[in-house]
Amino acid sequence: MNRPVTIKAPPALRPDLAAIAEMIPEGTRVLDIGCGDGSLLEYLVRAKGVDGRGLELSQQNVNQCVARGLSVVQGDADTDLSEYPSGIFDVVILSQTIQATRRPRHVLHELLRIGRHTIVSFPNFGHWRIRLSLVIAGRMPITSALGHAWHETPNIHLCTISDFLSLVHEVGGRIERALALIGNARTRKMHPAAWGPNIFAEGAIFLLTKA
Amino acid sequence: MSEAAHPRFMRPMKAPAENPGRVLELGPERPLVLDSGKRLSPLTIAYMTYGSLNEARSNAVLVCHALSGDQFVASTHPVTGKPGWWDYAVGPGKPINTDRFFVICANVVGGCMGTTGPAEIDPQTGEPFGLSFPLVTIRDMVRAQALLLDTLGIEQLLSVLGGSMGGMQVLQWAASYPERVYSAMPIATAARHSAQNIAFHEVGRQAIMADPDWKSGDYALAGLHPSKGLAVARMAAHITYLSETALQRKFGRELHDRNALSFGFDADFQIESYLRHQGMTFVDRFDANSYLYMTRAMDYFDLAGDYGGILAEAFRGTKTRFCLVSFTSDWLFPTSENKRIAHALNAAGANVSFVEIASDRGHDAFLLEEPELFDTVRGFLGAAASAKGIK
Repeated sequence: MNRPVTIKAPPALRPDLAAIAEMIPEGTRVLDIGCGDGSLLEYLVRAKGVDGRGLELSQQNVNQCVARGLSVVQGDADTDLSEYPSGIFDVVILSQTIQATRRPRHVLHELLRIGRHTIVSFPNFGHWRIRLSLVIAGRMPITSALGHAWHETPNIHLCTISDFLSLVHEVGGRIERALALIGNARTRKMHPAAWGPNIFAEGAIFLLTKA
Repeated sequence: MSEAAHPRFMRPMKAPAENPGRVLELGPERPLVLDSGKRLSPLTIAYMTYGSLNEARSNAVLVCHALSGDQFVASTHPVTGKPGWWDYAVGPGKPINTDRFFVICANVVGGCMGTTGPAEIDPQTGEPFGLSFPLVTIRDMVRAQALLLDTLGIEQLLSVLGGSMGGMQVLQWAASYPERVYSAMPIATAARHSAQNIAFHEVGRQAIMADPDWKSGDYALAGLHPSKGLAVARMAAHITYLSETALQRKFGRELHDRNALSFGFDADFQIESYLRHQGMTFVDRFDANSYLYMTRAMDYFDLAGDYGGILAEAFRGTKTRFCLVSFTSDWLFPTSENKRIAHALNAAGANVSFVEIASDRGHDAFLLEEPELFDTVRGFLGAAASAKGIK
């Protein structure tokens, strides 16, 4: 019943969002957590006919999304996921947000509970440029993926790809697909256990399910 | 507030709407069975429509009015001569676009603008009902609206919208007739009336009942109307519709038509004069008994109470698309109450949006020109219409 009648040309999506969209089957029920201004959600609803919902912290963003015709609720991933029933969504997306949550472990656990599949993307703190910035310059790194100074960053729980893999293991998740973000424009399939991506990928996208 | 200063307080309310718009008369074969167990028959429903119903009968939008509202949502009020109460929002090209949608607004059962209520004549006695009118609930109001839709041949509404008491009806619609509600927009409302809100209503009712002209509800027989009591009730209620910030900004301690304090009890301050005016104009268009019934219906509203105390159960399995709206400075139906509904809908796995709009105008904001509210209404209705395949 939520299939749109007119499908607009898909707006230009950021490469990491396009890679996420590519993982989502048509017509599924999707929750985008931290959906921002709704770019990804709008694309999924219009081009892929998904039954899309959003959860977003900023009220301003929420109001914008709803005015665009999207179904979005103001809320906080740290506290509000517990009200959703188990397995209610086909896919739950947490894009570039886990590092800004207060309780990443709890959030990941909840994602796996409410979604049959979960997509998580995050900036890789193990990237060589970040390592160099710390080791050589002795300064907290500022990169394109992590653009804030240490004292004003919302990213309070940064992790490397290896760190994330152990968390997935701890909360009982299983990796279905893994992509490395190279530069800002490309994604590449990766073997999660390999040492390369943890140094050379600027970010990662994982498709997870419950083990 | 002396009678000499305000002679209008002595005048009974103008006769119920000489021009109630369109009217549906339901005979004894179609009684309204009330929550109290009583039956209301015959039943008159006064309503207005705007725009036209499409061939598929799929573009109908029901607007539910609030406590002091009526069916004149977007047309000149027959008693006051003022524009409709939601004239900003309903009309050609407006957020609820009557070029595209068929908009219906009906006076609620128990109201006083043409629908059967305590001011109407009881056919059994030939006298006004007064307090012999049965107590009605929000669910009874919704049942009456459903009868109206049956008559109009509308199986499913594209949307039901309303604020405050209207929002309660929207929630009840979604709970009682989920298959008839494609989308629902409850604005500045609650799934239960709070203790504080019941308390304010009780003050209003006591003000009416303390007026000697109330005559235990039988004032119409004596050719009277408890206008003083009703005016005080309206004044007290009106304060709850505003925010402290708005009151301070609009009136402050400004004096009314004078340069110095009068050292008496005249309306020295502008806020006093404003409230007196609100009270005075209200009694011209509203029946005191109807005010008792409307406030009681809101007090009794507790949607979760009908579903074992779990609000999510009221919406279990719903396919309705919801959009909830609250205003930051509304302390009568605060964001927290609206958010509670959003949480319950999430728990029911419903399709829900929730928008909180920054405004310092208090509960009244939903009736005023609020661009962000209108963007929300437009976006939500537009998306629902596209999803339902309406051009």
